[in-house]
Amino acid sequence: MNTVKVMLVDDEVDFTEILQKRMKKRNIDTLIANSGKAAISLIKKEKIDVVVLDMKMPDLDGIQTMKELKKINPLLEVIMLTGHASLGIAKEGIELGAFDYLMKPIDTDSLIFKIQDAYKRKILQEEKIDSIKEIIKSRS
Amino acid sequence: MEIEIYGRIRGKIITTVFLFSLIPMVFLVFFLLYVQFDKIYTDKITNTLKTMVYNKKRSIDLFFEERIAQIKTLAYTHNYETLSNDKYLSELLNVVQSTSKSIVDLGIINQDGEHVAYAGPYKLKGVNYKNEQWFHEVLFKEIYISDVFMGFRKFPHIIIALMRKDGGKFWILRATIDSNVFNSLVQGAQVGEKGDAYLVNSDSVLQTPSRFGSQVLSKIDFLNNEVFNSIIDEKVLHLNKIFVGLSRIDIKKWHLVITKDGNEEMSQFNDVKIDAVLILIVFILIIIVGTFMVSKSIIKGLILSEKKKSMIDANLMQSSKMAALGKLAAGVAHEINNPLALIKESAGWIKDLLSEEEQEKIKNFVEYEKMANKIELHVERARSVTHRMLGFARRLEPAQENVDFNMLADQTVSFLESEALHRNIKIEKNLLKDIPLITTDTAQVQQVILNILDNAIDAIGKNGTIGLRTGYNDSENKIFLAISDTGIGIPQEEAKKIFDPFYTTKRPGDGTGLGLAISYNIIEKLGGKIEVDSTVGVGSTFTIYLPIRRIA
Ligand SMILES: Nc1ncnc2c1ncn2[C@@H]1O[C@H](COP(=O)(O)OP(=O)(O)O)[C@@H](O)[C@H]1O
Ligand SMILES: [Mg+2]
Repeated sequence: MNTVKVMLVDDEVDFTEILQKRMKKRNIDTLIANSGKAAISLIKKEKIDVVVLDMKMPDLDGIQTMKELKKINPLLEVIMLTGHASLGIAKEGIELGAFDYLMKPIDTDSLIFKIQDAYKRKILQEEKIDSIKEIIKSRS
Repeated sequence: MEIEIYGRIRGKIITTVFLFSLIPMVFLVFFLLYVQFDKIYTDKITNTLKTMVYNKKRSIDLFFEERIAQIKTLAYTHNYETLSNDKYLSELLNVVQSTSKSIVDLGIINQDGEHVAYAGPYKLKGVNYKNEQWFHEVLFKEIYISDVFMGFRKFPHIIIALMRKDGGKFWILRATIDSNVFNSLVQGAQVGEKGDAYLVNSDSVLQTPSRFGSQVLSKIDFLNNEVFNSIIDEKVLHLNKIFVGLSRIDIKKWHLVITKDGNEEMSQFNDVKIDAVLILIVFILIIIVGTFMVSKSIIKGLILSEKKKSMIDANLMQSSKMAALGKLAAGVAHEINNPLALIKESAGWIKDLLSEEEQEKIKNFVEYEKMANKIELHVERARSVTHRMLGFARRLEPAQENVDFNMLADQTVSFLESEALHRNIKIEKNLLKDIPLITTDTAQVQQVILNILDNAIDAIGKNGTIGLRTGYNDSENKIFLAISDTGIGIPQEEAKKIFDPFYTTKRPGDGTGLGLAISYNIIEKLGGKIEVDSTVGVGSTFTIYLPIRRIA
């Protein structure tokens, strides 16, 4: 359970650093990417379960980044951070398969709960896929 | 300024209507009454007078012809000797008078002018007429009709005398016309109360009495000889309102004068004139009243459409203002949220680190922890502000959203909390739990709530209470928000007007009079209604009802 691997994606460097420290103190392993592009290259190298993704970033914004990340790893769980409470963007994110969204400034504890919920869903999803794979294997 | 413009438009309408309706009417009435009718009437009177003059002249002529024939018969059927007998003459007079009363006496005069025989009421026998003018005239003309004269009897009379030659001698038969009979023959043409009829001779001396004043033998002066000489047939003169008919009496050089008073003749027509003028006045009054009413309603319509127009303008301006404000708010809120997040995490990190320390080893441990908590608390405060701003911005999208009415009321009232605090106004909320969601336009409803709250604060001024109560009416499928205040209240007669655009009791600059007008509009468009209940000195309650519509 505690082996969840989280990637924090936000262009605010200070914010990601402090968040990382606080996560670490709560025994959550995190990686940092300060842009959409950095996130995409990082996910190719590392095994990551949950992404905490800021929606408003220069260059590649949150929605585009999420699309790219999901292409690489469809089972990736995404928690959106939004600065502006636009229901529109949040809704779009959920439709694209995001787990949930939080409004900045966030409450660290509720973020951690969300991360854990997301991770649980991911594991369930993986188990389902594994069992399907088993069935397919046994049949062939 | 505006009132002046409307006044001028109204003035124009009124003058135009007056000009186009009154002038032709007044013209028509006066033309008909005073020009046409007068002419017709004058013609009519002239014609009847002409006929009358002609008829009278004919009967006067006839009268004399008959008398002359009578006398001729007497003279030629008797000789001098027979007629000179008084007794016979009297008998003859009796016979004559038995058929016609127009002869009063008969007399026989010899060639020396001696009155040899007389039958009649006067004592004239023996009188000598040798020197009388008529005596010479009759010798000369054989038959002679006199003008009126006094003679020996000292009484105005007319005589007809006939001379007969008998061998070398001649004698005269003279008859006197009964002036009563003759006068009444002429006066038969006196019509109406002021009509007159008389005869004058060529010197304008009256031969029969005039009805008013002038006696026989006096002279009349209002007609001169020139006029009389110009008469050929019948003639009618028109002398200031008096119609004068004139004709010649052929036997004598006399003139028949018949007058008629134009005013009298036209008196019945004058009644018609008065009626017509009265009717005209009534019409004019009707037109005046009608014009005023019509112009008033036109101006009212103008003002109303002008008001509607400016209300639409104001509404548009208000919403575009709101849209601009919303964009600004969204931008600011977003820029602030990022640093806020950072500050919050930093404070959190400090707390994390402090939790690893031993409290006793750090001198100000408690203060550090307290301050970190304070930072978190105030970030939370700032967050609520930015979220409210963002919420406001989001609501500007004209949308049909699912709205929690309680939350909306709560949020809107929070905009005014500091103002209320400042004025020592308590806000009491009594919101129904689990109120059904409604589908409506949040921004617009919020605008309405704000307007009503604004008014409530204004009505209270200082020290008071504003109450917010939400509820749900199942039968009407409506939810409501009642906003009550302990303000000055609204007088009953003004309650109808408060929703009118530009109706305000506030000083210019403080009130636009648009708040409630716009609110009313919005709520009506959203399918709801606003109700007011107010008591002067106690306070007012504005209740907004909105329908619950479920999204399909
Ligand atoms: N709660 C209230 N208590 C007393 N009077 C009120 C209240 N609400 C509105 N009014 C009256 O209605 C008028 C019109 O209100 P409104 O349309 O909002 O325009 P404004 O506030 O600009 O005057 C106010 O000027 C005031 O006289
Ligand atoms: Mg107002």
